[in-house]
This record gives sequence, structure tokens and C-alpha cells, in this order.
Amino acid sequence: MDNEETRARERVDVALGGSRREFLKMAGIAAAAVAAPAVLAGCATFPFGHGSTLNFDQDWGVLNYAYVLETIEADFYNLVIKSPPPDLRPGELDVLKDIAVHESVHRRFFKRALGPFAIQQPATTFATIDLRSRSGVLNAAKTFEDLGVAAYNGAGKRLKLAEFLTIAGKIVSVEARHAAAIRDLLAPLPRDFVGDDIVDERGLDRALPPEQVLDMAAPFLKTQVTAINL
Amino acid sequence: MERDVRHDYEPKRLLERIGHEGPDLAAVSSSRSVVAGERALPGIVEDVLNFALTLEYLEAEFYTMGVGAPGLLAGTPREVFDLIRKHEVAHVALLQGVLGSRAVAKPTFDFTAGGVFADVFSNAKTFMALAQAFEDTGVRAYKGQAANLMGRKDILETALRVHSVEARHAAQIRRLRGQKGWITGSSRGDLPEAVQAIYDGEANTFQILTATLGGGLGGSPGDSEAFDETLTKGQVLRIVRPFIRSNA
Repeated sequence: MDNEETRARERVDVALGGSRREFLKMAGIAAAAVAAPAVLAGCATFPFGHGSTLNFDQDWGVLNYAYVLETIEADFYNLVIKSPPPDLRPGELDVLKDIAVHESVHRRFFKRALGPFAIQQPATTFATIDLRSRSGVLNAAKTFEDLGVAAYNGAGKRLKLAEFLTIAGKIVSVEARHAAAIRDLLAPLPRDFVGDDIVDERGLDRALPPEQVLDMAAPFLKTQVTAINL
Repeated sequence: MERDVRHDYEPKRLLERIGHEGPDLAAVSSSRSVVAGERALPGIVEDVLNFALTLEYLEAEFYTMGVGAPGLLAGTPREVFDLIRKHEVAHVALLQGVLGSRAVAKPTFDFTAGGVFADVFSNAKTFMALAQAFEDTGVRAYKGQAANLMGRKDILETALRVHSVEARHAAQIRRLRGQKGWITGSSRGDLPEAVQAIYDGEANTFQILTATLGGGLGGSPGDSEAFDETLTKGQVLRIVRPFIRSNA
């Protein structure tokens, strides 16, 4: 391991260590105050309730936000490949299987990276999606991938530690590759991989703020996830 | 402090910079501050944007020439590459707008790389192979510079929005060529050995956060595919250098 990597790891440890102290302090206050919501809002996990609060003042709040979105994607694709729609076309299941692996890796990565700062893994639901049809599955996949890209693009500027931004960058481009591939599978037109609905005339992808992303993700979450300090 | 950034991309100076500054160009220039038009840009941000502009010049000219080459592209590929061309031309205009008078001039390109890709504008296979190479490079290049833009959140967000569009391009071109949309290990697939540097390091599965908190993710192909990796400025300049004939 070279010196640069050692220094980078030290910075990560310091950043997470600072968060840990704050976390423990807030948890202590919360226990003493017996669940006063205003106090608990500083905690990653709502200890006595059924929801999670993401504090966007802290890097681990932003990383937990990514953890929530990756959980939705991973659960969705794992469900799909377990019982694929019968009308998928040749080759399409292979694409979905690859993506299922990637999203599961992303989720596992955030869970491990966050360690004690990870919120409880949110429970998901896909009741509004027709999982038995190719169209239902691919259109939902398109929504999730485009949303993921827009979420990372909008959240990057909130990260304080350079290493976290770089990691987010390593993931978002894979989400964008997924989005293009899914759009290509669906595409009636060659141009749909970068449709006008997501890439504007300046050649820019979408960037969406966390509150809007969480609103769009809410139908797929059984667990309430709330963003604070935006 | 004044410095004519345009000269950085002239091949001889390019090598000097790579040799002396390596991947750590950011640290060298971080104390400078210059004025672009009405707005002051930190020196480090200006350097990153001019680096990005050089790559966008390369892509924009490459696609403009490809789409304009008689008989090279037809049907779906033509439509796809024309759309990508529009994006790259727009990215050039966007970066020039931000940089104002500090924008570097467009270099003169040689897309044959001194004859290695002699039929680039007469053989669609060669053209599409190079397109994939440029897009996969662009994704890694933007990603490698994101942290250097943290001082200007507005510019960082714009750069991220360009970055993910480059990734969409890369995936589409790869799929048009019969490849997966994502990069497996450090495989260049069916591309020639000349472009292997673009894929070196992509096999990494050792992500720093995970490493810090115990254990890597493993080593399956999916672990590597799930993360695109960065390239330093020096690595990118070495990759594109054969395609730059001279500074304009």
C-alpha cells in the first residue's frame, strides 16, 4: 500500500470517526429524552419508530440515501430474475441478471462501508409494477436507473469528503450504463438511450434534489425515509 | 500568476507536464486563481475544465468527421452517432462558455494516431471501436477530476451531469458493437492492444470505504463491473496523446 492510499484511508477514518462521535452523542441524548422527534432527527436510525431519517448535513446521511436507492434497485432486480416475465426477448434476461449483480454489490458495499452508521435496510414493495410483463419490468427498470443517475448527480455536491465523491462517481456511471442499456432494450427509436426526457439540449443529464427523489421512490418503500437538513 | 494553458496540450509540453507533475497536477496549481470573463475560477477548476474541454474537442471533432464521412455510417449507427455528436458539440460550447477567455484552443487531431487506425473514417468498424475507446476514456477522465471541482459546487454538478451522459454514450456504443454496456475486469474486449491503457485498473474491486471497514467485496466479475474506475489526468493525456498532432 502506498503512502497516498494510507493517507486517503486516514481521512476516511477521521471523517467516519467524527460522525461516530456525533452519532453516539445524539443517540445518548435521544435515549435520555425518550424519543422526542426533534432530538432524534439527528440520528441515522429512528430507534423507536418505523422510519429512517437521513441527515444531509453529514456525509453518512448522503451515503445512506444511496443505500436506500441501491436497496430498491437490488430488491427489484433480484425479484425479476427469480421469476422473469415470460415475454422477455432473447438476451434480455442476461442484461437483467448482470444488473441484479451490480445493484446487489452496490447495496452490499454501502452497508459494509457505513457499518454502524447504516440505517436499517428499508423494506421495499413493487406492488404497483406488473412484474409478469416485459413492458412492466423494463419500464420500471428504466425509471429506477434514470432516477438513480439523477439522484447521484444531485447529491454529489453535498459530499464533504473527496473519497466519498469519487466512490459515488464510480457507481453513478455504471447506473448510467444500465439506464442506456435498458432504454436501448425498450427503444422504439435509436435515440432513446439519451431521450429528450433525460438529456437536455446542452447535453446534460438530470440532477434531482433528494426530497424529489425520495418522493419518487416512496411508492417502492414500505419504510418511511425522511431527509433533513437539505 | 499567468500561465498560457494552451501550451499544455502541445505534445512536447504534454510530456513534460506528465513527467514532472504526474497525476498530481491538482496540487501544483491549487493556489492559483484566475479570472475567466466576469467570474473568478479557482486555478484548479480552470485546469480541470480545460482538460475536459480538450477531451470534448477531440470527441466533437471525431463524431463530426465520422458523421460527415461519405458512406461511413448508415441507419441506426448514423442516428446514434449524430446524436452523440450533438452532445459533444454542446459540451464544447458549455465549457467554452464557463472558461471564457481562459479556454484552451482546439488542438489539431490525428484520428489515425499516426496510421495505427488508418481507415477510421472509411471503415465503420474502426470508427466505432475508437468511439468506444474515447467514451470509456471520457467516463474515467471526468470521474478522476470530480474531487478537484469540490470548491465550485455548481461546476461540479454540471460536470457530473456531463459524466453520466458520457457513460450513456459509452454503453450504447458498446452495445452497438455487440459488447456488454459495462466493463468487465480490465478487458478491452475486441479492441486492439493499442488501447489497453484505457481499461487498465478497471478490474479493481478494492473500494476504499469497504477496505477501511473490513474486507473487500470479493473478486467476482460483477464486483468489478459494478464500479467504473478513475484515470488520472496524466494517464488520460498519455492515452490521447497519439491522437493530438499539435496545438492549433
